[in-house]
Amino acid sequence: MKRITIDPITRLEGHGKIEIFLGDDGEVADVFFQVPELRGFEKFCQGRPVHELSRIVPKICGVCPGAHHLASGKAIDAVYSVDPPPTAKKLRELFYSAHFFHSHIAHFYALAAPDFVLGPDSPPAQRNILGVVAKVGLALGGEVIKHRKIGQDIQATLAGHQTHVSWCVPGGVSKGITEAERQEIIPLAKSSIEFAKTSIKVFNDVVLANKGYVDLILSEPYKLVDHSMGLVDAKGKVNFYDGMVRVVDTAGKKIAEYAPKDYLQHVEERVEQFSYLKYPYLKAKGWKGFVEGQDSGVYSATPLTRLNAADGMATPLAQSEYERFYSTVGGKPCHAILANHWARIVELMYAAERMLELASDPEVAGPNFRTIPTATPHEGVGTVEAPRGTLTHHYVTDDRGIVTDANLIVGTTNNNAPISMSIKKAAQGVIKRGVAPTQGALNMIEMAFRAYDPCFSCATHSLSGLAGFEIVIKEQDGTVVHRIAR
Amino acid sequence: MSKLKLAIYWAAGCGGCDVSVLDLNERILKVAEIFDIVLWPIAADFKYADVEGYPDGSIDVCLFNGAIRSAENEHLAHLLRKKSKILVAYGACAHIGGIPGLANFFRHEDVVQQVYKKAVSTLNPEGTIPAERTATQYGDLTLPKLFGRVRTLDQVVKVDYYLPGCPPVVEQAWGAITALASGKRPPAGSVVGASEVSLCEECKRKKAEKKIREFKSIATFQPDPEQCLLEQGIVCCGPATRAGCGSRCVNANVPCRGCYGPPAGVVDQGAKLLSAVASIVDSEDPTEIARILAAIDDPAGTFYRFSLPSSLLRGAQHKETA
Amino acid sequence: MSFEPKILGILCNWCSYAGADLAGTARLQYAPNLRVVRVMCSGRVDPSLVFKAFQSGADGVLIAGCHPGDCHYQSGNYKTMRRFELLKRTVGQLGIEPERVRLEWVSASEGERWQSVVNDMTAKVRALGPFVPSSRALGAEAASAGGEP
Repeated sequence: MKRITIDPITRLEGHGKIEIFLGDDGEVADVFFQVPELRGFEKFCQGRPVHELSRIVPKICGVCPGAHHLASGKAIDAVYSVDPPPTAKKLRELFYSAHFFHSHIAHFYALAAPDFVLGPDSPPAQRNILGVVAKVGLALGGEVIKHRKIGQDIQATLAGHQTHVSWCVPGGVSKGITEAERQEIIPLAKSSIEFAKTSIKVFNDVVLANKGYVDLILSEPYKLVDHSMGLVDAKGKVNFYDGMVRVVDTAGKKIAEYAPKDYLQHVEERVEQFSYLKYPYLKAKGWKGFVEGQDSGVYSATPLTRLNAADGMATPLAQSEYERFYSTVGGKPCHAILANHWARIVELMYAAERMLELASDPEVAGPNFRTIPTATPHEGVGTVEAPRGTLTHHYVTDDRGIVTDANLIVGTTNNNAPISMSIKKAAQGVIKRGVAPTQGALNMIEMAFRAYDPCFSCATHSLSGLAGFEIVIKEQDGTVVHRIAR
Repeated sequence: MSKLKLAIYWAAGCGGCDVSVLDLNERILKVAEIFDIVLWPIAADFKYADVEGYPDGSIDVCLFNGAIRSAENEHLAHLLRKKSKILVAYGACAHIGGIPGLANFFRHEDVVQQVYKKAVSTLNPEGTIPAERTATQYGDLTLPKLFGRVRTLDQVVKVDYYLPGCPPVVEQAWGAITALASGKRPPAGSVVGASEVSLCEECKRKKAEKKIREFKSIATFQPDPEQCLLEQGIVCCGPATRAGCGSRCVNANVPCRGCYGPPAGVVDQGAKLLSAVASIVDSEDPTEIARILAAIDDPAGTFYRFSLPSSLLRGAQHKETA
Repeated sequence: MSFEPKILGILCNWCSYAGADLAGTARLQYAPNLRVVRVMCSGRVDPSLVFKAFQSGADGVLIAGCHPGDCHYQSGNYKTMRRFELLKRTVGQLGIEPERVRLEWVSASEGERWQSVVNDMTAKVRALGPFVPSSRALGAEAASAGGEP
């Protein structure tokens, strides 16, 4: 029995490690993915005034704080039984479209692109955004930085800051935007649409034009057949900010569509002793273990599953790319996890188009951005799509609005079981009996993990590239046989 | 002249401080001209084994963000202290404990019970609790021990400088990093990248006299964007919070919650805020005073929002269960 | 040996310190557990002094000042009153039992009152047992860490 430890995994929110056990035949016997971190937000939110939670919970994650802020804001509105006015909802969705925009840029260009632009087994020191820029040119690199900044600047204009925001208040938001500020956003949104088109072209030229990559995307180690979850609007289209939660099964058939407040009827979580992170699964199917397939409770909530679950995209250019995507991968639903990278490009286009739609609406600069609540606070659920998956916040309070209970199912948490399974499949695919895994092999395992964009994206400006890990292959008595470092 | 060596590490944080470094945008290339990055788990491929191999004191500047929550966090704090000439507690969590510090209100056992047993969507009839060691048929799996309370970086190792904020304002961080790189070293133990005075001095709202007869909640009140929030009856932590953030929350029309930590000379941020807020109550009648102050919800959680681990008491006292 | 609490008394110079002196000159017996620190006015008592006392080993803190209306500086004790109201709630959230932190008005002529307050508070804190701050409760972990408690 040999053991390969990958510690730490890098480029996820928090820390993670992977333990790969090899059988005596040299093949992968089992793989365990462990999250070695716990902070306890579900506990220490108790005793806090519920309206303060929207500025506490963004500290769960410094890359998707906007997602937590909005899910929290919506949950707090529900606690106070208050419906924000249209201007507030439009402002929040505009903020959020900008958030998705810069988040997906960061992931695609810093995390995904290096593997495809430079190749999965290219030298690690170059396999990063700088290597990508060197290959594709400074012009594109400058555009990437510029548009990431545009997304952040729009957030800052609306909410006062680009990272940890304090903006949602019960019944709306604490400040609006002026007509002048609205007008300034329009050309930024237009530029963003052009950049999304550029990104589609980059994907075409670098990935789709390369048969080896297309084969890799469609290959078995990178396939995971499970159920798909995502928010859909009233017309069944992908929406990041609001809607019904829809789940389609492994064949693409709708098996659930529910209001966020009913999530407890559909999702449950289990605990494993070897990881601090819990494992959600579909209640109707029950937990059958880390297995794929129609009868398993395992589901994913990712850009790919959002596209699988929905009927289409709500904006024209994104819809056109959506259709091209599915006709290329062979129809809906798609279970190729690496196709998440393309799904992110589709969503990038939607985010940009939605920014323009909202910025072009004069009501977004209206004066009425808050309805003061009057009801006694009690209980509420708020759900948005985080860039990494469906995010749910659920709060219960006393009559004064002091939190007595808080429950959170975070984007990447949905994917804990799928990530574990994808890592195992990739490890089984690349580690072969009698062959010591190379740098490239390690990266191939990493690519399985990275496709889920696990709650942390390396931003646009990383200096050198990849997840660092060390593989130590030991005999059962602990003698080190082989050590590969990156 | 060879480049200086820079390490950026995250303990129990959220990644927002790493993002703040990346928000330098184009200036990250200037950082690359001055420094070689030798550790940055979020972005670079160096690992703990590399750090262990570096000569002691060979890292010129280490920006350490995140609080100390687990044995792994603590191990890295000691390791990076040994390997670094200058260790900077970067961001609120490393500086004063940050939001994860709110866990210090609770017994660690209660946090674990809530997350793994009581959380309403969790089904755990076996009562499984994640453990430091799990035996499998192949070998043991390990998780780092979680400590009973959250600590700041300087409660574990000696810290050279503090760079406050949640996250630190990019411009401030840039100024501080380049100053340190150029050899301009303030006295050891200083707070850098921020002012010495309180936020009220930086805040642009109109300030008159503070005499409060009624405290209001932002939940049911929309503040005027021009007038001092405290004067409107909204509890704002500005009076005992270090300036330097540009008043970003106050400019968004919500009160300060103290993420830059206490101003110079203040040992316990929450105690100072308590004193400041109580002193502006406009009454001399005990019953009326009680009535006015009763409107403030969660005083400890508001005054110590970011700073509980750095407070004099470090957190709540818990009677040992028999 | 049974537990004997350490109580810190912060007394204002003009009224309560004089009142405590009076108890002394009148040879009134009372519990010896209270250590006195004299300040010019109870309004000087910053809440952080109270927390510092607990962190340093105190099991209880008594703040004593002039009766409302009698403050040597006119309004100092009103500030004390206001601060103490919020301090009570904050210490409650920090798990400190209410009997451990007390505010009393003791005039210069109230030697007997001083005796009774100190005896009462000492008995109540004795019954509660020692105060163990969160910093000391980390104990063994802090020691092994090599950092400060």
